Amino acid sequence: MTKEEKYTLAKWAMNHALENGAQEVSVNISNNQSSSVEVREEKIDKLEQALQSNLSIRLFVDKKYSSHSTSRLNKEDLARFIEEAIEGTKYLSEDEFRTLPDPELYYKGDGPDLGSLDENFGNVDPEEKIKLAFAAEKEILGSNERIISVSSSYYDGLNERVMVNSNGFEGDTANSYFGIYTNVSVKGDGDGRPESGWGETAIKYNELKKRGTGTIALKRALDKIGAKKIESGTMPMIVENRVVSRIFSPLINALDGSAIQQKNSFLIDKLGEKVASDKLTLTDDPFIIGGRGSRLFDGEGMATKKRTVFEKGVLKRYYIDTYYGKKLEMEPNSGATTNLVFETGDKDLDALIASVKKGIFVTGFNGGNSNGSTGDFSYGIEGFLVENGEIVKPVTEMNITGNMKTLWANIGEIGNDVREDSSWRTPSILFNDVDFSGL
Amino acid sequence: MKVDRRDFIKTSGMFAAGSMVLPPFVQSCQNVQISADVKSYLDHFEVTTEMLQKVIATAMSKGGDYADLFFEHKISNSLALEDGKVNRAYSNIDFGVGIRVLKGDQTGFAYSENIALDDMLNAAKMAANIANSSASFTAADYNEKLPANYYKISKKWEDVSVKDKVPFVQKVNDKIFSLDDKVIKVNAGMSDESSYVMFYNSEGRLTYDYRPMISFYAVCIMQDGEQIENAYSARSVRRGFEWLTDDLVDELANEAVEKTNLLFKAGKPKAGEMPVVLGAGGSGILLHEAIGHTFEADFNRKGTSIFSDKLNKKVAENFINIIDDGTLPNDRGAINIDDEGNDVQKTYLVKDGILNSYLHDRISAKYYGVEPTGNGRRESFRHMPLPRMRSTYMENGPHTTEEIFAAVDYGVYVDNFSNGEVKIGAGDFTFFVKSGYIIENGKLTTPIKDINIVGNGPQALADISMAANDYKNDSGTWTCGKDGQSVPVTLGLPTVLVKKMTVGGTNA
Repeated sequence: MTKEEKYTLAKWAMNHALENGAQEVSVNISNNQSSSVEVREEKIDKLEQALQSNLSIRLFVDKKYSSHSTSRLNKEDLARFIEEAIEGTKYLSEDEFRTLPDPELYYKGDGPDLGSLDENFGNVDPEEKIKLAFAAEKEILGSNERIISVSSSYYDGLNERVMVNSNGFEGDTANSYFGIYTNVSVKGDGDGRPESGWGETAIKYNELKKRGTGTIALKRALDKIGAKKIESGTMPMIVENRVVSRIFSPLINALDGSAIQQKNSFLIDKLGEKVASDKLTLTDDPFIIGGRGSRLFDGEGMATKKRTVFEKGVLKRYYIDTYYGKKLEMEPNSGATTNLVFETGDKDLDALIASVKKGIFVTGFNGGNSNGSTGDFSYGIEGFLVENGEIVKPVTEMNITGNMKTLWANIGEIGNDVREDSSWRTPSILFNDVDFSGL
Repeated sequence: MKVDRRDFIKTSGMFAAGSMVLPPFVQSCQNVQISADVKSYLDHFEVTTEMLQKVIATAMSKGGDYADLFFEHKISNSLALEDGKVNRAYSNIDFGVGIRVLKGDQTGFAYSENIALDDMLNAAKMAANIANSSASFTAADYNEKLPANYYKISKKWEDVSVKDKVPFVQKVNDKIFSLDDKVIKVNAGMSDESSYVMFYNSEGRLTYDYRPMISFYAVCIMQDGEQIENAYSARSVRRGFEWLTDDLVDELANEAVEKTNLLFKAGKPKAGEMPVVLGAGGSGILLHEAIGHTFEADFNRKGTSIFSDKLNKKVAENFINIIDDGTLPNDRGAINIDDEGNDVQKTYLVKDGILNSYLHDRISAKYYGVEPTGNGRRESFRHMPLPRMRSTYMENGPHTTEEIFAAVDYGVYVDNFSNGEVKIGAGDFTFFVKSGYIIENGKLTTPIKDINIVGNGPQALADISMAANDYKNDSGTWTCGKDGQSVPVTLGLPTVLVKKMTVGGTNA
């Protein structure tokens, strides 16, 4: 569907809902196209192509609320779908807090180009895509006798969406992505078959780093050989930038309006208070050109704004959407993160490692969870023992256990090796006094 | 593809707003009631056998060895309660056909959300590209395969009005508030799903399945002084409206309140290796993570599983029998046919301590020269099938629970979990314990909560030194993730003792 076709259908669906008993309506229509090729043993293992369309509709009917989605986009089916959905909504309880956003807060257009789309998306030769996957595999195939299996993939996709709200919002977004990923398994000492993967992604095909995933994946897998658990103990922990999100997401989830209002957060009533180390300064910046989380308006149509989340450990904002804003009697400021940007320290990863006398450098998590209301956590980890500033040996089959408030109060150092291929632009981080369990 | 080959399981019913498995709000798009025969399914999907044969012929036109079509129409409806009222609902309709072509162990895959002949032919052409010769294919005569029926129900969810479901969600809220003054919030919800599946392949097999599912959950949030804790209870089964009763409401409410109360007194154990007693039921997560995923034949075929060289070898004590079963009546993990049109079965993974079988889909069964085990499953028509678990459990062992507790000086007893994960190659697996107890000198003492336990698959399996005779299946909302695809599963276990695993805790 073209953008115009999507707008036409979205407005038709909105009007159909308004004509059949809804007082307010929001409609989203999206098209997602994607393709991928995975190669293994110098043959194509999997070839996939997908073209997906979806309409989702949020209905506000007699102070009652529901939302619905369907992949059946012909008007005859849609009409019945919408009528049934409105009829069903009438059996729910009233919810006085459900409305569309205040139109004053909507994005009004004229925002900058955030660089989220490769205009040449459709022009990449399919044969070239397949060659990239084979090239990634070839980087390492046969290069080491420990290799058991290598699989390399190329993938790309384009997501296009339009949104219309019945109180005066219209907006559309389009974003593209390209990626190469290689996964390798190697023979360990004994029965273990350590594996590792590495990927590169880009918004624009020309910016995709087309070599190196195989080489890096192999090195990371070989580095794991002989990994064992070590003695339990309380030690410093360095968490590698690409996996920091596992322990960072509970902190961000604790700021969610729904979690605050539903008492499932360990940061209730903490606005303006110091809740973390003064080394934690974090900004939510929606306007980074080429940022993976960049956007001009949020999922409700509200204009985005650059906002401070933590300033020297002091909590400056929650994530409040229209609904929880009304419930909490707080101003809505968008319920979702865009790009999260850390104020970085001056050490890179090597310098962080060099600064540790005895500790563990965590490169991967294995399961675990965090209790939303208390912040108590426990996660499986793998990585490396660090002694006197040097990596000594790989470790695995261990846990870290503690509380999120304590962990983030115990930041030793924020690294400067920010990953830019993710909306959460995390650097590696050193934490002090973490409880590890092993032997 | 974009993540490490890690595989995980989780129970839903946690707080993630709107992410609960979907419940009838909207009805089927078609008004036609489907009956259990091929003609009815063909009519439902508005196709004829001639059209199916044309699409298959196109899929095979580049020299593929095999092709299949997976039609699916899924209607999901959910209701949720927050702040005392059933004040939100979500529904989803998914409709389309997935087309797969195999050439040896290579796969071409595409899908179409429209079932007009031209759209299907276009998707078939894309999938056909996995092969690259030209070939003429003569369609096999179609043969209708009557599926089993492991989930008989009385009243279909499409025939139940939203107004008949709302009261049950409201009642669970009211019941929880009535049980304990510490309750400050309740989140509850119900999701039902009706999925119609039709399958046709290049060998002419034409079959179908109707898959109902209902999930019901309650989250209880309590406050005592400054401390706030929450826990949940959930059930998920392939049953109809008749399953909803006031007794079930009471059961869910009582369980959620009891589980939450436990947490106020709970602490952390000592960090390190220790014996772990797994209570009957949900502890089956041990099997799912420690061995289930690593027995999936795709990993073994590629040599990437830690169990790749272990077929027919002794991997556990003689009394251990572990099963993956797609035939349990009305079970969340049951399927009448797998998503490759094959019969399902009760598959012994470990028999008398010996590794007996991997879990196969069509590709791996051919590779190993065995019959498919009915484990080829997919999240939807948008995904290609993979070897997946169904209901994974261990049969009763020779010990009593008293004997098992008596064997532990210091360790932990765990019986309530939220999620787990495994690294297929290294074999390291974990599961997250929501609550349990410390065992001291054979007795349960202090409650514990929110700790992760990590072990290594082959070692943990060999370390199961005792198993009791109290097997229980857990009918929670277990959802298994692999390669970005989610499928419903269940699990079960009798009480067992694992000699040692590494338990998260404090070093103080």
